[in-house]
Amino acid sequence: MTAIERLTKYATWFIAAFTVVFLMTPLAVTIAVSFGSSTVFTLPPPDWSLRWYERLASTRGLLPALVTSLQVAAISTGIAMALGTLCAIALVRGRFPGREAISTFLVSPLMLPGLVIGIAMLQGFKAMGLRDVYASLLVAHVVITLPYVVRTVVGSLTLFDFSLIDAARTLGCNYPQALLRVLVPALAPAFLTSGMFAFLASMDNYPISIFFTDAWTKTLPIQMLQYVEERPDPTIAAISAGLVLLAVLALVIGDRLVGLRKLADF
Amino acid sequence: MKLRAPSAWRDPVALLALPAVVYLLVVYAYPLLWLLMKSFSGPAGLTLQPYVAFMSDPFNWRVIGNTLRVAAWVTVVCFLIGYPAAFALARAGTVMQIVMLVSIILPLSIGAVVKAFAWQIVLRRDGIVTQIMMGLGLWDEPQRLLFTETGLVLGAANIFLPFMILPIYSVVKLIDPRLSEAGATRGATPLYCFTHVTLPLTLPGVVSGIAFVFSLSVSMFVIPSLLIGDRFQTLSTLTGRSFLLMRNEQLGSTTAVILLALAVAIVVGSTWLAGRLGGKT
Repeated sequence: MTAIERLTKYATWFIAAFTVVFLMTPLAVTIAVSFGSSTVFTLPPPDWSLRWYERLASTRGLLPALVTSLQVAAISTGIAMALGTLCAIALVRGRFPGREAISTFLVSPLMLPGLVIGIAMLQGFKAMGLRDVYASLLVAHVVITLPYVVRTVVGSLTLFDFSLIDAARTLGCNYPQALLRVLVPALAPAFLTSGMFAFLASMDNYPISIFFTDAWTKTLPIQMLQYVEERPDPTIAAISAGLVLLAVLALVIGDRLVGLRKLADF
Repeated sequence: MKLRAPSAWRDPVALLALPAVVYLLVVYAYPLLWLLMKSFSGPAGLTLQPYVAFMSDPFNWRVIGNTLRVAAWVTVVCFLIGYPAAFALARAGTVMQIVMLVSIILPLSIGAVVKAFAWQIVLRRDGIVTQIMMGLGLWDEPQRLLFTETGLVLGAANIFLPFMILPIYSVVKLIDPRLSEAGATRGATPLYCFTHVTLPLTLPGVVSGIAFVFSLSVSMFVIPSLLIGDRFQTLSTLTGRSFLLMRNEQLGSTTAVILLALAVAIVVGSTWLAGRLGGKT
């Protein structure tokens, strides 16, 4: 090994290690603080305890916010998966002009500032007469989740070999059977993964949700930020640790379904 | 070869796209257009008055300056860490590569509220940054980075770093490492190889990474609220405040449209640039 090769190797290692430590810092800090006994975020914690987790149940407003977030995320992801999959099929299989424009349009909510989308919707919904906060939240969250579904399903449909369906039909399947036995299993991993990350995006959204809350309807991130601003204590770290766990779970499942490298595709 | 132009009305598959497209047109595109129109309409028809009023207030110039300065610093920090990190990710061994991928993807599915809250803890006077800097002997006494611009840049750069690494990684992994070796056997110095072979090949990824991080930094809202507070206003926090606290919808719509224009300009500009760079190499 030449000197320069050795140097490159060490440099790669150093940069990789630094990046990992830097990126994981917020997550590690959150988890460490959530298991600490200190009220003032001392790191490393003087002693370990579960007191902040015990606090979670008795923290007012937290459970309803969690329930709201889970409901909104589940329902909006469901709607987005139905709308998004149909649209993805049209975009990949259809032969009509403007497909490129339509797919850019559908993914565009990811590229524009969430706050601006939220404000526009706040005023637009008012003008259209939609005043119910919970319904507005749902309608808005479909816009957040839809791009994730469209992007992933278009990606995997593009790679799918549609002649396999003809092959299945030659082998005796009728058309619905062929779809069910060939297309569905082939698409299921990408489909589930997109749904999972869409769900998380909805759970974590702040800048759009903030415009569709009132005293009764609050999503989890809104409620959390309110706590952080009013009386910061490690209870928030305990909820955060729960959300980190959820993300870890999604990552593990996503890795099983489509593979880690695929998740990193940009 | 002459093919008949395909028509949307002859291809029934196109109808499947209709529900999603109509949905977004009604609840997303229409409200955005409405916001845009309203910000240009006064009592006597079309007007630029809100923008003129906004621009003639020196405070607002400071707000625009804050926004662009912080976004530029965040982008610079992300690039300085992210560019080498993308190479490390592409060239690392299997185990290290998996560890890196996890540490890049995992934070992406965790909300800004969680991460910004963690940075509040890290940047405190008795936080980790102080401990590291004093341990290295760089600081003589504890310093608080929370509620400073440096702290904001550090936290935001951490949160947006994956958006720099991933696009650059997606082009770096396609580069054959033997290209540099080939250059070396022809007598080129490593530096020459880098500037003449590797760097040009990675430029499309760099452009889209920079565009991602810059536009995310311009429009971030939760992170500055938690890491620097109300004394420091950016276009985005001012937009949020004018709707949520000050109930000044006119001001909020004006700044929202400015933000929107910035975001669209970044997306369109970077797509064009990346296409040109990609086409040339």
